[in-house]
Amino acid sequence: MSTTDTDLGFTRAEVCCVAVAECFRGDGERLANPIGTIPMIGGRLARATFEPHLVMTDGLAGFTSETLPPGTDPYGVGADGHLAVLATMEAWNPYPQMFTVLWNGRRHVMMGASQIDRFGNQNLACIGSWAQPKSQLLGFRGAPGNTINHTTSYWVPSHSPKVFVEQVDVVSGVGYDRAAALGPAGSRFHEIRRVVTDLAVLDFETPEHRMRLRSVHPGVSVDDVVAATGFELVIEGDVPTTREPTPEELQLIREVIDPKGLRATEVKI
Amino acid sequence: MAIPDKRMTEDEVVAELRSGMTIGIGGWGSRRKPMSIVRAILRSDLTDLTVVAYGGPDVGLLCAAGKVAKVVSGFVSLDSIPLEPHYRMARQSGTIEANEYDEGMLMLGLMAAAWRVPFLPTRAGLGSDVLTNQPFLRTVTSPYPAPGGGDPEELVAVPALTLDAALIHMNRADEGGNGQFLGPDPYMDDWMALAADNTYLSTERIIPTEDFRSHGSIHTQRISRLNVTGVVEAPGGAHFTECPPDYGRDEAFQKEYAKAATDPEAWAAFEQQWLQLESEADYQAAVAARRAEGGSR
Repeated sequence: MSTTDTDLGFTRAEVCCVAVAECFRGDGERLANPIGTIPMIGGRLARATFEPHLVMTDGLAGFTSETLPPGTDPYGVGADGHLAVLATMEAWNPYPQMFTVLWNGRRHVMMGASQIDRFGNQNLACIGSWAQPKSQLLGFRGAPGNTINHTTSYWVPSHSPKVFVEQVDVVSGVGYDRAAALGPAGSRFHEIRRVVTDLAVLDFETPEHRMRLRSVHPGVSVDDVVAATGFELVIEGDVPTTREPTPEELQLIREVIDPKGLRATEVKI
Repeated sequence: MAIPDKRMTEDEVVAELRSGMTIGIGGWGSRRKPMSIVRAILRSDLTDLTVVAYGGPDVGLLCAAGKVAKVVSGFVSLDSIPLEPHYRMARQSGTIEANEYDEGMLMLGLMAAAWRVPFLPTRAGLGSDVLTNQPFLRTVTSPYPAPGGGDPEELVAVPALTLDAALIHMNRADEGGNGQFLGPDPYMDDWMALAADNTYLSTERIIPTEDFRSHGSIHTQRISRLNVTGVVEAPGGAHFTECPPDYGRDEAFQKEYAKAATDPEAWAAFEQQWLQLESEADYQAAVAARRAEGGSR
């Protein structure tokens, strides 16, 4: 891939942060709940720029209005031995409440995917048969409930044919074909908006909701993406290039949101 | 007012449990787990258990010790180490039966048991392999018309997860079994207690009822003695999981645990050093000695 030898003034990881932020454009006053380092940075970038009313979590039990760098634990112990809350919290949102929030629908989650297929069916449960897996992964976690109740996007830090597969081993997150089979009553809150990877941005904005190559990141070719995908993507005409970070966005990412540079642990270039 | 005295020891709790029981374990991942009672189960003859949990090392240790026939979970994770190694091995070798629920479904199962109804409906699970892989999970058709007059909605009917016993760990409790959590999250401990025939609550410290207010607001007094059978005073009882604000997770210890789990010889040594002890007091003494040597924070 022709990626590392050109000095564009920004890294691939930073392009990914911006591409993630773009997933939340238009969400307004909604819980943006990106899981993972680059997703977290991208979500906070969206809130710091074009979606200022997004609600975001501290990764634990609260909604915080502060831009906490990834990995920050906002809970400590006070001199009196009591719990000290070290960030400004908008609301208390412990796990039992989180399920209420997600069934209520005002949420857009970005999850990882160990496997994903052309209709956006996602697997993070296990590899091999579910009855006796070859490799046990995370289990279903919240994926079934998330995908059927509110908007979902995915983050794949390493785009490869092992992740983008013809058929996932286990359906954790529900894709468009499965949602359609449920009929309008079952699928009325289902939306898989985007898949952001280290190579490209993909969506499902096609008549049958098959996965489409929405844009390729600067320095990546369409052929690179096709070679790294284990099924046929919808590719319409000239595929645009993913938007480059603005100087303001780069400054926010580097100095405010991720000063320790943790984004490079997920995407190295 | 006379609050009943429900104090007991971990071993007395275990003496009230039976092989084959369905046991709920509170906490979440590697957070505020009633580990001292789990360690007592490891020292016992109990076997063939069904464990219901948002699982962490509690589930892993019980699987490794051959105590478990079936695990019902939303996940099993060590948080800072995403995959629980013993649970992984148990799944991959097929030595346990697993029911893997969506996280929210598990909560509804506990709520249904707590409210004594056979199931609760939800959209969570529809279209996913949670249902196709586990055909005992059924759907139910709404008796009401869909919004806009379409076909009535079909929803997942999460069956009640009634527990023979629940084990939970609280930061503070009184002798009667009223419990107080002082960290950021109650997890599902309240629902576990309500879903169980008998709940055994371990706590960092037993305090007089009138002192709860000096430790935290009324909102932190989440567990009522109405649903608690026994109270165990267990300082450090959640080790090596976290129990904020009293203590954080012993990450160094957890790392050793996870590393040992992947190698039979290392695991035998870990078991001998940390699990084949006479009592919880011996365990706590060993942890204190390790800390004095600078091995754990």
